[in-house]
Amino acid sequence: MWDYTEKVMDHFRNPRNVGEVENPDGIGEVGSLACGDALRLTFKLDENGRIKEAKFKTFGCASAIASSSALTEMIKGLTLEEAEKITNQDIANYLGDLPEEKMHCSVMGREALEAAIAYYRGASAKKQPADVVCKCFGITATEIERIVKENGLTTIEQVTHYTKAGGGCRTCHPEIQKILDAVNGTLKTEADEKRGPAPGRRLTNIQKVKLVEETLEKHIRPTLKRDGGDIDLIDIDGNKVYVGFRGLCSFCPSSEYTLKNYVEKTLREFVTPEIEVEEVTP
Amino acid sequence: MNKTIYFDNNATTQVAPEVLEEMLPYFHDLYGNPSSMHSFGGQVKKKLEEAREKVAALLGAHPEEIVFTSCGTESDNAAVRGALEVVPEKRHFVTTRVEHPAIWNLCPYLRRHGYKVTELSVDRKGRLDLDEVRQSLTDETAIVSVMMANNETGVIFPVEQIARMAKSRGVPFHTDAVQAVGKIPLDMSKSAIDLLSLSGHKLHAPKGIGALYIRKGTPWSPFLLGGHQERGRRGGTENVPSIIGLGKAAELAMKNLRDETTRVRALRDRLEKGILERIPNTLVNGDPDSRLPNTCSLSFEFVEGESILMMLNDLGVCASSGSACTSGSLEPSHVLRAMGVPFTAAHGSIRFSLSVYNTQDEVDFVVERLPSIVERLRAISPFWKDFQEGRPIALGRPA
Repeated sequence: MWDYTEKVMDHFRNPRNVGEVENPDGIGEVGSLACGDALRLTFKLDENGRIKEAKFKTFGCASAIASSSALTEMIKGLTLEEAEKITNQDIANYLGDLPEEKMHCSVMGREALEAAIAYYRGASAKKQPADVVCKCFGITATEIERIVKENGLTTIEQVTHYTKAGGGCRTCHPEIQKILDAVNGTLKTEADEKRGPAPGRRLTNIQKVKLVEETLEKHIRPTLKRDGGDIDLIDIDGNKVYVGFRGLCSFCPSSEYTLKNYVEKTLREFVTPEIEVEEVTP
Repeated sequence: MNKTIYFDNNATTQVAPEVLEEMLPYFHDLYGNPSSMHSFGGQVKKKLEEAREKVAALLGAHPEEIVFTSCGTESDNAAVRGALEVVPEKRHFVTTRVEHPAIWNLCPYLRRHGYKVTELSVDRKGRLDLDEVRQSLTDETAIVSVMMANNETGVIFPVEQIARMAKSRGVPFHTDAVQAVGKIPLDMSKSAIDLLSLSGHKLHAPKGIGALYIRKGTPWSPFLLGGHQERGRRGGTENVPSIIGLGKAAELAMKNLRDETTRVRALRDRLEKGILERIPNTLVNGDPDSRLPNTCSLSFEFVEGESILMMLNDLGVCASSGSACTSGSLEPSHVLRAMGVPFTAAHGSIRFSLSVYNTQDEVDFVVERLPSIVERLRAISPFWKDFQEGRPIALGRPA
């Protein structure tokens, strides 16, 4: 049972400003059904550019509903310049704090607000897909970096609690660690291990099979296994490598992405650039 | 606060008053150690063996085939790891994708230790494919472990058929029967099952007591080494009051089995039917044709399970959910995901699990009050209106 404050429970039981503003000036949508929470924030400005009306619709747990409700109360009467200064911590504070595992609910509120303001200003709220670190929940490096800075986070677990990043298949944990290291100034300047095949090298079939197995074992499997995921080598035919995802990976909505962008990339790097990877489902 | 309506009996059950009464003397007056040579301890030993007989009777087993443990998880670990230990040359473990964590979390552990692990898949109703089971068995297979009934959906698996398949290949078979014992009839004397786990607190005994059935002659090595307790199969001074409680609970379970399969089933059906009639876009998770009589897993589309639970909680109703938010993880239950329950429904899953202590009034109360809870949450949900007006269910970032 979560240790919710009275204020969280009050905003959950009696949410303020539920609905959608008619002809809104700003619309902000974040989250999805797959992610388990989603928020649509709408607002209307008065003649002085202050938020006259703000409403929300939220799919999510008690703290997601409470955070959304709190947000609409907090931004009423503010100019957009004032509103955009609100941080996720402000939302949590307004509610008398949130359990750490639920901080992502306050982050979702802040993100919806930003998206709604961006909508008003005519900017596209779409993020750069190249920047995405956590494929399961679609969280970008920019977002993670910002939340780490603003909330003084130091561990991957905290990043997951605040942003959801790394809470799915976990293959992005090394990348999250890099961001943490960079922000917290602990990034070590280490010479990158020289690796990869010599250019133009021709492999015999047996060499190729061995190299694929070695790369899976040494580089790919440890990353996937770092809780629950795994990969099996099914077959190799020419440059085609057939694999099967096991454990958590086999449920991960982004295993397709992992396959191409991680498994194939790594095999191309270590074996030969012609490698193509295909998933064999059981 | 309203009176508590307890519909979460797959999580734990209340200790039966008769069980508690039976246990109490063994905390104060009869505190002797059953291993002692004096009659003060000896009388406790006698009572302990009576409890073993009662548990054996519930399973249709011999008393010497019962080993008391500290919980279901210990029984599961002891069963599988104890069976693997005696065949170190065999490196293949077969189980399912929908096991309780007590078995499921052995999979990554065993993989790390060089085992090949087959996790059998289930279909949309949570059913196994017996052909897949058969094909998974190899000469390398050291043990097969398939739960008897699933804790989240109540789906009952054809463990007897699977046990026979394993037996024909000379492979021992374990079943986690924690949710099944006391709810469906069992008879080990006519069974091919070699190892079976049960837990006290799921059948009205206290928490912290379990048992492992080990068929005579099953190759198996003890998990907890220590004294000669449990005939050397489980070291550690016996949890006497709880063992005696489990014995009494087993006796009651035998008596109540008819009630479980008739009255409790009727209550569950009334609850399920009532809810399905009143709340649109509600799905039943699991196989209605092969399910524990007390369990009902429903998914309410476009709302989130924790919110439903919190509102039920305000009414004094206890249930549980497979949603991501309730688990503290960020993904919905591995059982629902393995079944391929769509995300529109997986996050909104609620499990009601009944017991012989529930009444029709309680069922009717929930049937009456739940619709307005789901309606309220759907009114808040951005997806519900989109769905009703035929707009695509998409919002914000991609999944």
